[in-house]
Amino acid sequence: MRLTDHEREILSGSEGEAARLAMQILVDLGEIYGAGEMLPVSQAHIDMTLYMVDAGVEFVERLAELGGRFAVPTQLNPSAIDFRRCRELRVPAELEEKSRRLERAYLKMGAVPTWTCAPYQQGMIPGFGEQIAWGESNAIAFANSVIGARTNRYADLVDVCAGIIGRVPRFGLHLSENRRAEALVVLEGFTSEMFASSAVYPLLGYLFGEIAADRVTALAGMPESVTIDDLKAFSAAAASSGAVGLFHLVGITPEAPSLEACFRGGAPEPVVVTPRMVAEAEERLSDSTVEHPDLVALGCPHFSADEFAALNELLQGRPVDESIACWVFTSRAVYAQIERRGLLARLQSAGVAVFSDGCPLQYPVKSWDFRAAMSNSAKFANYCYSQTGLSVVYGSLRECVETAVSGRVSREAGLWRRN
Amino acid sequence: MAQELAACCIVAGAAAGEVLATSQSISFWGGVDPATGLINDPRHELFGQSIAGKILVFPYGKGSSTGSLMILELVRVNKAPAAMINLKTEPILATGPIVSKHFYGREIPVVTMEKALFETLRSGQYVRVEATLGRVVVSEPL
Repeated sequence: MRLTDHEREILSGSEGEAARLAMQILVDLGEIYGAGEMLPVSQAHIDMTLYMVDAGVEFVERLAELGGRFAVPTQLNPSAIDFRRCRELRVPAELEEKSRRLERAYLKMGAVPTWTCAPYQQGMIPGFGEQIAWGESNAIAFANSVIGARTNRYADLVDVCAGIIGRVPRFGLHLSENRRAEALVVLEGFTSEMFASSAVYPLLGYLFGEIAADRVTALAGMPESVTIDDLKAFSAAAASSGAVGLFHLVGITPEAPSLEACFRGGAPEPVVVTPRMVAEAEERLSDSTVEHPDLVALGCPHFSADEFAALNELLQGRPVDESIACWVFTSRAVYAQIERRGLLARLQSAGVAVFSDGCPLQYPVKSWDFRAAMSNSAKFANYCYSQTGLSVVYGSLRECVETAVSGRVSREAGLWRRN
Repeated sequence: MAQELAACCIVAGAAAGEVLATSQSISFWGGVDPATGLINDPRHELFGQSIAGKILVFPYGKGSSTGSLMILELVRVNKAPAAMINLKTEPILATGPIVSKHFYGREIPVVTMEKALFETLRSGQYVRVEATLGRVVVSEPL
């Protein structure tokens, strides 16, 4: 790689041992993947914030001890806990201690304590064409595809290094030539009633990710009525079933004004997705034997203010049934918004528990005797069993609310469903 | 008779050991127990086998960007593979060995190979991965 004089100095330790180590890791990565040089980024989003293993704590604490400081604004993915509601979430002492060690180390290096997996919903939202270094699969897919910002799928550990250096090796999705689509998916046979159900978009994302795998893929046929929250759910699901870093929705996302614009030459033979395939995907994701879930888990990715308003409207003042927990995870920023608007108090009085900072897939599983969960998130449904051991039912937000109120799984027939 | 196979260096270094080979991809997050190094995905053909100290032969990684951290944890607890041989090594997979080298001072050499050569590798073979020299030396099975 051709490094600037300044970059070479960092590599020889001029800005301290933490920066030297971070630069060395980034340069090694760049050499492997053919980057000619480094590229400045405006901000970083760190995925490695949720305590899982001690190597992560050791890495971040060491960088902080060695004097590491983030060179660009750097925000944080969720923690394993809600820092302000540890007791309510029944957080074991060891998990709290490890989580607070990560918090201390990141804050010492100057991170912005956003603790959210939906950093595109508030605060430091990047713009079109902006070069950024983000971790967290759903955030990467959303930033690249829906916003048109540019990031590779940064792995844990590299995301921290990118924040410290404020630069990344110039390769992959940072470059225009790698952002064109290589494959095409076309939606066929969908009615406006199907598209009016928000439950269709996570399932489409899940199918799309399976087809796309690690290829930049375009999708034709998405309706113009699709909302930002639908796109969030689509991105999250796609990035959980495939290694999806960037997708194009023809006529919707900013780098796909037309089918021709997505492809270098002509479009390849499309893979057709039909309502029947959506039904089959839902049957794979959702356990039809569950009748009484113990948990309705919302906020995967973190709930937006609009989603909280929709939840409140669907509840119509009815309380959550005593046999079931209804949890919603969100960011501190959205939590503060709904608190000011009076929404939080209304939801809490109905028995909804709202957590910030944390993640519905990484709550302290052993502290709770749950066996089955219901969610409106296909990402949650995809990872639920492997991360929590719970069976899972997938349904729309309306169905999740009716289930929470009645304590029994409530699912509507029709649309794409076969029974 | 030792046999030399051409390989492409991804992460430098050299290591020798017994091959553990699979034609299936491996997810280091949710597919390998970071405390023991055992493959813990019941759908995987290597389910229950240990990757610790092995020359791990698999086509590519898959899954979450947390896989890099899980490889670093395997290094920390001495359960990491000795080397990896892939058809394709994506950045998330390469990150664990890169950080291991600079953070713990421990090398996990990584190479890629042409499909035809890759498919000749069998579990139980004893091989020496010489990533820096761009070759894998295969001995007769022990």
